[in-house]
Amino acid sequence: MSVSIASQVKPLELLDVSLSFGVVEVLRDISLAIAHREFVAVVGPSGCGKSTLLKVLSGDEAPSTGTVTRQGQVRTVYQQDGLFPWRTVTENISLGLRFVTDDQERQRQLAELLDLIRLHGFENHYPHQLSGGMRQRVELARALAGDSDILLMDEPFSALDYLTRLRMRGELVRLLEERPRTVVLVTHDIEEASQLADRVLVLTDRPARIRREITIASPRPRDLIENAVVEAARRILAEVDIESPR
Amino acid sequence: MKPGAARSVLLPALVAAALIVVWYFVSAAGLFPPSAFPSPDAVVKAFAQEAKSGRLFNDIVTSLFRVSCGFLIAVAAGIPLGVWMGQKLPARTALLPITNFFRNLSPLAWMPFAILWFGVGDSASIFLIFLSVFFPIVLATMAAVAGIPAVHFQVARSYGLRRFEKLTQVTLPAIMPQVITALRVTAGVAWLVVVAAEMIAGRDGLGFAVMDSRNGLRSDILVVEMIVIGVIGVLIDRVLVQLTTIPSVRWGYER
Ligand SMILES: Nc1ncnc2c1ncn2[C@@H]1O[C@H](COP(=O)(O)OP(=O)(O)OP(=O)(O)O)[C@@H](O)[C@H]1O
Ligand SMILES: [Mg+2]
Repeated sequence: MSVSIASQVKPLELLDVSLSFGVVEVLRDISLAIAHREFVAVVGPSGCGKSTLLKVLSGDEAPSTGTVTRQGQVRTVYQQDGLFPWRTVTENISLGLRFVTDDQERQRQLAELLDLIRLHGFENHYPHQLSGGMRQRVELARALAGDSDILLMDEPFSALDYLTRLRMRGELVRLLEERPRTVVLVTHDIEEASQLADRVLVLTDRPARIRREITIASPRPRDLIENAVVEAARRILAEVDIESPR
Repeated sequence: MKPGAARSVLLPALVAAALIVVWYFVSAAGLFPPSAFPSPDAVVKAFAQEAKSGRLFNDIVTSLFRVSCGFLIAVAAGIPLGVWMGQKLPARTALLPITNFFRNLSPLAWMPFAILWFGVGDSASIFLIFLSVFFPIVLATMAAVAGIPAVHFQVARSYGLRRFEKLTQVTLPAIMPQVITALRVTAGVAWLVVVAAEMIAGRDGLGFAVMDSRNGLRSDILVVEMIVIGVIGVLIDRVLVQLTTIPSVRWGYER
């Protein structure tokens, strides 16, 4: 494949994707193109098919009809318990570095990642010995390790308390500045979507279709109370029928 | 030593001492003839005598040997079969009912066949121990494998683990805590079974020694053997419980 064609291919592209589990229709005619290094957030009612959409993007589920194209290495951050409980922090992160063959280089990257998530002193702890926020940071580090291109996140912060969640958003923005990725973030948290995403997809009830796309142009990091964020949150809320638009 | 640690030695010792005192008085009261209810000092004397003759030691070694053989063969065969049944639904569907059947059939019911097939000696006991360990290990391993959260395999796939790596780096570590628990339980069962097996299908070993003492009306030696059997059973579990302190399996016992 020539370089010019490769650069035109989007990292993630869905074309008329539908998916049913037996008689349960979960996704209907979803078409979606995600640009290189774009940050897309997906919001929608509970049980509408957000996790399923992410699994289609990652390749864990095949669509019933339609096509998925994926360009690059995908890593997923799970809501919780995505870490291997039998591996230490270091061993878990090393999973993301297993194709780095040079031992010294791997050690260097490991140290850098531990720096990024500020978990020095916990290298040899096991996941059950960490707090929820620390575990999510390790998951992030593992997913960002090596040279993956696409980061899929399924409600990565929903198990955390509000303040930790705010802090984790900041961490994520900072980590992505250091290691840019194409990101798809599924969330229930409209504030989170507004603060982080370049584009927010609001899904309908099941079977999920894309109800509205909201683009947020303002650069990151964004303040929680900054106009662009508040405005985006208002528009998303309007779409999910909670607040009427003014 | 922490105050709690001293107490955890002292309290059980007190209970044991109280038991021996009660034992002493019951035997001194003469409710039963001495041949049916030996006194503590008769047992101590019998212990010294048995230890000196070396017979007790030989019986311990014989029984431990049989338990180890039967146990290790059963574990070596049972874990792979359990993993396979846990991974493959058709294998599970086909083999689960028959495994459950044998799991619930007392291994002692096999005794007549064990003697017919293997004669009296090591093999018959080892066979019975194998049966008592194999089926529970298969079932426990199978349940553990079938219960591994799908997310672990999604992670494995997304990080490019190959088939064999999935087995060694996901499946096996994920089932370790439950398998260790099953090992402890079945080792206890195996120790119970070896005594029963040797009583009928042995010419030596602790089970045979128990039977021999009964036939010789040596209840003092019988008590020595009972104490030894109980203590060794406890020690076996003390050894196996060490497996639960391995750092990479601790997660299975916390929470
Ligand atoms: N493996 C499966 N087999 C059958 N049905 C499934 C399966 N996975 C999901 N579903 C169904 O698909 C629908 C969407 O599930 P999904 O997990 O994608 O929802 P979600 O939007 O992520 O929900 P939530 O916001 O609560 O996480 C649900 O009705 C669910 O019951
Ligand atoms: Mg979900």
